[in-house]
Amino acid sequence: MLDINITIMLASVLAGAAPVLLATLGETITERAGIVNLSLDGSILLSAMTAFVVAYNTKSLVLGFAAAALVGGLVAMIVAIFSIYLGQSQVAVGFVLTLMTRDLAYFLGNSYARLQGPQATPVPIPFLENFPFIGPIFFTHSLPVYISLFAIFACWWYLFRTPMGLTLRSVGEHPAAAYARGVNPGMHQLWYTLCGGLLVGLAGATFSLAIKPGWGRPQGAEGTGWIALALVIFGGWHPIRAAFGAYLFSFLQVIGIYLQGWLPSVPTQVFQVAPFPLMIFTLLTISYAQKASERGLPAETAKQTGRIERRARLKRLLRVLTGNAPAALGRPFRPE
Amino acid sequence: MTDYRLIGRSPNRFYLMQIDLKNIHKHYGSIRANDGISLIIRPGSIHGILGENGAGKSTLMKILTGFARKTSGSTLIDDQPVDIDTPAIAAQYKIGMLHQEPLDFTALSVLDNFMIGQISGVYQKKETYQVELMETSAQLGFELDPDVQVHRLTVGERQQLEILRLLALNTRVLILDEPTTGISRNQKDILFTGLKALAGAGKSVILVSHKLEDVIALCDEVTVMRQGKVSGRMTAPFHTDRLLKMMFGTLPSPPVHRPANPGKVAIALDQVTATGGRAGLENCSAMIHEGEIVGLAGLEGSGQGVFLRVAAGLKRPIRGKITFKGEMLNGTGYYGFKKRGGAFIPASRIEEGLIPGLTITEHFCLNEKQGSFFTVWRAALKRAKECIAQFNIKGRPAIDAAALSGGNQQRLLLSLLPLNPTVLLLENPTRGLDLGSAHWVWRHLQEHAARGTAIVFSSSELDEILMVADRTIVFYNGTVVTDIPAHKADADTLGRAVAGGERPQ
Amino acid sequence: MTSSSGPGSSKTRHILGRFRQTAVSLLAVFIFTTLVLYLAGAPPFAAYYHIFMGSLGSWIKFSHVIKAWIPLTLCACGLLYTFRIGLWNIGIEGQVMMGAVFATALLRTGVEDGSPAISFFLAFLAAIMGGAIWAAIAGWLKTRGNVHEIFAGLGMNFVAQGIILWLIFGPWKRPGVASMSGTELFPDNLWLFYLPDLRLSPIGLTMALAALGVTTLMLRYTRIGLNLKAIGANPRAAVLFGLKPGQYMLLAMAFAGGFAGLAGAFQVTGVYHRLIPSISSNYGYLALMVVMLANFNIWLVPVVALFFAGLNVGSIQLPIVLQVDSSLAGVIQGALVLTVLAAHGFHGWRKQSQIKTLSEGAVPNA
Repeated sequence: MLDINITIMLASVLAGAAPVLLATLGETITERAGIVNLSLDGSILLSAMTAFVVAYNTKSLVLGFAAAALVGGLVAMIVAIFSIYLGQSQVAVGFVLTLMTRDLAYFLGNSYARLQGPQATPVPIPFLENFPFIGPIFFTHSLPVYISLFAIFACWWYLFRTPMGLTLRSVGEHPAAAYARGVNPGMHQLWYTLCGGLLVGLAGATFSLAIKPGWGRPQGAEGTGWIALALVIFGGWHPIRAAFGAYLFSFLQVIGIYLQGWLPSVPTQVFQVAPFPLMIFTLLTISYAQKASERGLPAETAKQTGRIERRARLKRLLRVLTGNAPAALGRPFRPE
Repeated sequence: MTDYRLIGRSPNRFYLMQIDLKNIHKHYGSIRANDGISLIIRPGSIHGILGENGAGKSTLMKILTGFARKTSGSTLIDDQPVDIDTPAIAAQYKIGMLHQEPLDFTALSVLDNFMIGQISGVYQKKETYQVELMETSAQLGFELDPDVQVHRLTVGERQQLEILRLLALNTRVLILDEPTTGISRNQKDILFTGLKALAGAGKSVILVSHKLEDVIALCDEVTVMRQGKVSGRMTAPFHTDRLLKMMFGTLPSPPVHRPANPGKVAIALDQVTATGGRAGLENCSAMIHEGEIVGLAGLEGSGQGVFLRVAAGLKRPIRGKITFKGEMLNGTGYYGFKKRGGAFIPASRIEEGLIPGLTITEHFCLNEKQGSFFTVWRAALKRAKECIAQFNIKGRPAIDAAALSGGNQQRLLLSLLPLNPTVLLLENPTRGLDLGSAHWVWRHLQEHAARGTAIVFSSSELDEILMVADRTIVFYNGTVVTDIPAHKADADTLGRAVAGGERPQ
Repeated sequence: MTSSSGPGSSKTRHILGRFRQTAVSLLAVFIFTTLVLYLAGAPPFAAYYHIFMGSLGSWIKFSHVIKAWIPLTLCACGLLYTFRIGLWNIGIEGQVMMGAVFATALLRTGVEDGSPAISFFLAFLAAIMGGAIWAAIAGWLKTRGNVHEIFAGLGMNFVAQGIILWLIFGPWKRPGVASMSGTELFPDNLWLFYLPDLRLSPIGLTMALAALGVTTLMLRYTRIGLNLKAIGANPRAAVLFGLKPGQYMLLAMAFAGGFAGLAGAFQVTGVYHRLIPSISSNYGYLALMVVMLANFNIWLVPVVALFFAGLNVGSIQLPIVLQVDSSLAGVIQGALVLTVLAAHGFHGWRKQSQIKTLSEGAVPNA
């Protein structure tokens, strides 16, 4: 029964989480600026295809990643431009884009299906990989995975430890107030949507050039974008909590593969499908618990003050756990 | 003695600046919000812009601070024509404004709010800013904790923070838009002392207000606006009567305070505790009688809003009972309240009270509740036309409710009330209305009270409460400080209670 | 352009403006699609020709288009309710699927002898209920659980897909080997009736047309329609008018789910005659785009739906004749919606800078 190698399992959790993680971090940045980019799912597919096609034709992984990042950034920019300059709903544009980019990816990538292309190879870090337990888990991955680990801390540091990050957060909280202070909310939103999109593009490239190499219909990256969007909320718009969610999701996927081996009678589709609604229903539990703490008790049963205080503490704890959305998320600022 | 000239960083802190506004026009379609305004702001002066709601004061200031573009006219700074197109440019010219609704970041800390707009780059020098914040704050007599989140501050404290921020940017022209609404007397005194000192140091201060007493107390010169035009100017010392005449033309007659004849208890709260707003509501008990007009006084966010919403069933209390004519109302929600003839009108008319995108007729159609499956357009249109005439609403039945002005929105909301409500709960019913409309609203509400409706309203203007309320309940920090009948209430007593002072006997 | 003179001319100018807008949008889409085709290495005009011929080339082909138009229109009608109340019913895919599942369940268990008409009637009823229940679950997750309807809908879509796969490979599998081609075919008498020469299903057409009619009536002339509109525009104010937003959200979702379920039932009885994994054919998502392109105007919905159905059917043979993927249809459809949204944006932007609208004429609290 216990023929799982824990180190290998954890290492594969780390590696498998890289794309979701990158996409989630990118979207966290975008949403912190106040823009919702619903096109993630299709955007990841389109950038995955772009990465593969470019890498296949140029034999260069770097160019593949760069092209994918560019594509991810451009698609995200479309959402921002439509919202800021054309006043259209971010959800509407994002949704249309998610369908369209997916179809575009399938259409343009058609002739590259099931071809063997370049793949990112693992780059073990010489000294650190030999550490007893954490060595094989953390230091034997390919470059994209290292990048994803670095990105967590880079995002956190930028958002919470730099003045520019503070300005970014202010734009997402109250763009009118930022405008009154001489900040140009539109420019900031555009720029950070682009940055977030670049990370999303990298996520797509990580799929087709590292984690699930190649292209096909389906590729295997389908559904990741929606998970990333859910993880942003799950993570309370905080990079580190979001990363935790990404690893949790990856863990569920890896467990699913093992469980499949142990329960051969259950059809494979259940395991493939299961992590997605599981993540989405975790959101439900969190928000339900949050609401319950805010609702307060009916008059008859609330006898002791102690209960009130405990509820207040629970509420604060939940707030720490879940965080609040940037106040102006989804509503761009249009000055007169 | 504090040298106020040393507030602010720039070496140019002794530089004096004069602003000239020449013939400013701002038209919205056919409406002339500003119709040829000219005035001069001299350095080192406190200039008051006096006018009732709707006169065009805020529009003028929006133009001066880059939030709006003028239709025509010119702005000159030290005789040089300038184009202030965005707030960023206004900030470059060292013009800063304290908005009526604070434009700050409630989820961020005081220190963060202070820093945003001044900082850039990737390296953070938090300590420098913190030191500056604390020093300037102490110099002006403010008390602010840099780490607390802004949504926990009172309106007065948020104002103080904004002033500190503007001073740190070395603002030379400080504009305050209705700063004394919702702050305590004590906070007002601190504010005025600080403003006088800033003017003494060569900065210009512009006070935009509809309150005569504030303008008289603080300003050196006054420009009075009425209906988009300048209706008069005066320098200190001021003649109250002449100012009033410039503000209103003919003073609208105030509603007469008629004697109260309270009946049975209509709605009662018993030891209610609830969350919400800045301070929540703690252990509040009150009984409201039929035909009574009760005013809720207090600083903004002291619990009045929570009280009204709990009474209306829109908010569930953590503890306590709400009874409506003896029946328990807990848990039935607004639906239960409405069914028993209650009605609530919120302060934010368009965000919470009316439905943008729906025409006036559609609002009336929505209001008709006879359980029919099909919509009764004809009846609704008839009713709409009747109400437009009766309530003097300036608008046709087919226009979008969001297109109405504030005063007309309030009239519409009043016209949508049931014919004989049992309880009326109103949040800041005359906020933003010109005096004529405000008086009209009160006359209408008094008619309801005369028919036996219990009326509870919150207001940040003590004058209003003293004018119409039979009883006043004062809130401070979420608790009821005092509950006194009209004949025992006067401006001083209420003022002290509002600021958290001793309970009057 | 000369100034307006008389009451009719501003309206004609408006219509001409709309025509121009549409023409520019179509041109933009045409250029974009041609570019994409070049990138894929396919001859553009051949592609357009094949799409055209594939949908309108013969009456048989056109009847296929109608077969696609019916479920698409049904879904779109349902979505008008949820859009009106401000909900993004992404879960419509799952609702179509569950409708199909319920219909199949009934037809499998049900009436062997006895008139097929009753079976169909019951199957459709079951499908409506199934779709409505599925939608109501997502609605409940939103109103009680505060889960955004997009995520709730997506989750439910995945679950519905999982259920279908389990049924096809499990309890309802074909005798012998289970395969992706679905359950076994229904017996002939449970195939929806088609007029022999026209190859049209009168029941299907009736359902679609009835859906359009009922929806027009509901949204414009009933209290429910007005209440949905009010809650969609401002749920907090709607409470003050005595409405309960949660109730109406569930109702709107149930309506949408019901129509979607009916679409699923049509797919099962009239198109595939069995349950297959992709029984929804993506019509749910496509219907969302139809409604957006039609600008939530019910008169345009059937027209746009016909266009989109034509694109779908027409591009089916592209893989065979030109070796390109049939997802070109999706690219065109997406591009159309985007350009129209952009055109709205431009129009609004120009209007705002040229003419001050009445809403700006409201004097701010000044």
